[in-house]
Amino acid sequence: MTEFMNFIDTLVLTIRDVIPILAILVGFQLFVLRRKIPNIKNVIIGFVFVILGLVFFLLGLEKALFPLGKLMAAQLTDPDFLGIHDSTTKGHWLEYSWVYLFAFAIGFSTTIAEPSLIAVAIKAQQVSAGAIAANGLRIAVALGVAIGIAIGTFRIVTGTSLTYYIIAGYIVVIIQTIYAPKIITALAYDSGGVTTSTVTVPLVTALGLGLSHSVPGCDPLLDGFGLIAFASLFPIMAVLGYAQIGEWRAKRTYKFNQQEDN
Amino acid sequence: MNDFTQRVKSLKKIGYKVAVLQLFKHLSKTLKESFRDLIPIFAVIAFFQILVLQQPIPNIGDMITGFLLVVVGLSLFIYGLETGLFPIGENMAKDFARKGSLPWILLFAFALGFGTTVAEPALIAVADEAASVAAGGGKIKNTPEALQDYSSKLRFTVALSVGFAILLGVIRIIKGWPVQYLIIGGYFGVVVMTYFAPEWIIGIAYDSGGVTTSTITVPLVTALGVGLASTIKGRNPVTDGFGLIAFASLSPMMFVMGFGMIMS
Repeated sequence: MTEFMNFIDTLVLTIRDVIPILAILVGFQLFVLRRKIPNIKNVIIGFVFVILGLVFFLLGLEKALFPLGKLMAAQLTDPDFLGIHDSTTKGHWLEYSWVYLFAFAIGFSTTIAEPSLIAVAIKAQQVSAGAIAANGLRIAVALGVAIGIAIGTFRIVTGTSLTYYIIAGYIVVIIQTIYAPKIITALAYDSGGVTTSTVTVPLVTALGLGLSHSVPGCDPLLDGFGLIAFASLFPIMAVLGYAQIGEWRAKRTYKFNQQEDN
Repeated sequence: MNDFTQRVKSLKKIGYKVAVLQLFKHLSKTLKESFRDLIPIFAVIAFFQILVLQQPIPNIGDMITGFLLVVVGLSLFIYGLETGLFPIGENMAKDFARKGSLPWILLFAFALGFGTTVAEPALIAVADEAASVAAGGGKIKNTPEALQDYSSKLRFTVALSVGFAILLGVIRIIKGWPVQYLIIGGYFGVVVMTYFAPEWIIGIAYDSGGVTTSTITVPLVTALGVGLASTIKGRNPVTDGFGLIAFASLSPMMFVMGFGMIMS
């Protein structure tokens, strides 16, 4: 019975989130565009599938992933596990190696399952006529998030300034933008925003807050935030890099083939 | 392109049973892909729980049901995406482009950005968290009214910034401006504002860019951009159609830092 109540609760919450979007779509369609939507039945069925899909997805996450993931983030950042006995000295940053590895692994795996990234990747593959592979893009983004969150936890441990990392990241992105193929630029910038939603945010936030409470001399007010920023900046570099490597390899095979011909 | 339409047509032609069979075939393919997408998460959890923390996995039954629910949910979501969300987003973009009325499409862009963000659960959570952190640091009074007031002002600021971002992004697509100049300009804005904004707002501001874009907003906004860029002459759907999400994650940073400067 409680299962069913959970289902109804999540359904009501999801519908409540969708209502403003539906109101805008229907309002503009009826009063401004005044055109019939082609295949209206399919669109309605699609919306029902999306809502039901999200409800099952969220219920499953709440049941299987979030409780254990948050517990694990807490256990891994627990002073006892980290071997912090003295609450005034921070210890060497290498003593937190498990935390970085966990940050990397959880960043990668949650991003692969992120529904909004799947949506953008499908669309990118469609409109580029296959030139951008959906799975390649998703793996590049996931690696970016993984590296970003691992570096983000390192920053919390060492207590260095968030601003310097972000500014350095921006400089790298600007340099990459100059050299990367133009077809990828807009998509790479987009991938920064889509990585952090339903699956990633709750787990990453738990990790950041847990860590900033355990590390001696950390201030949750200043240091607990910032992981999401890393998770949105690094995928941009990863996707630009992915396109650069692709272009470099294509050029190399081209040169190689030309040498063969000579 | 639209599998579902073809399927409904074929349903009338070749009969109900065969069409339903095809539908199940499609769904089972999506199910397999979703299953594959979720394996990494569970591998990570098993590895850390068993080998690193050396503890048994609690409620293994719950884990398995939860895992199955996530797989089914993801498959349904992706199926609905391709039959519902993408087509409506692209159709509306095309109709707006054909109508050729700039004020209406800009109003639509703003409404979509503002309306989908103001009620976003992730944003509500972050805004409440930011309010309690600000109260703990003595930046605001620690009363429920003050917290509520702070949190809703912050949410309103972020929603306003996302509405503005989608509006600007649509203007960019219509005019055909290259995306990198605006983004790099935005980066300079963020860096300059970081020097003037109070220190306690910076982490929250940087994070706020990431939480604004929800699972339903992203496909719709992407379809809007791609639909516009493929209808307007001279625009490329790949280089011009994407980029709206990037604006929606950059502009909240500046707006929230501005909010912090006004509040202190």
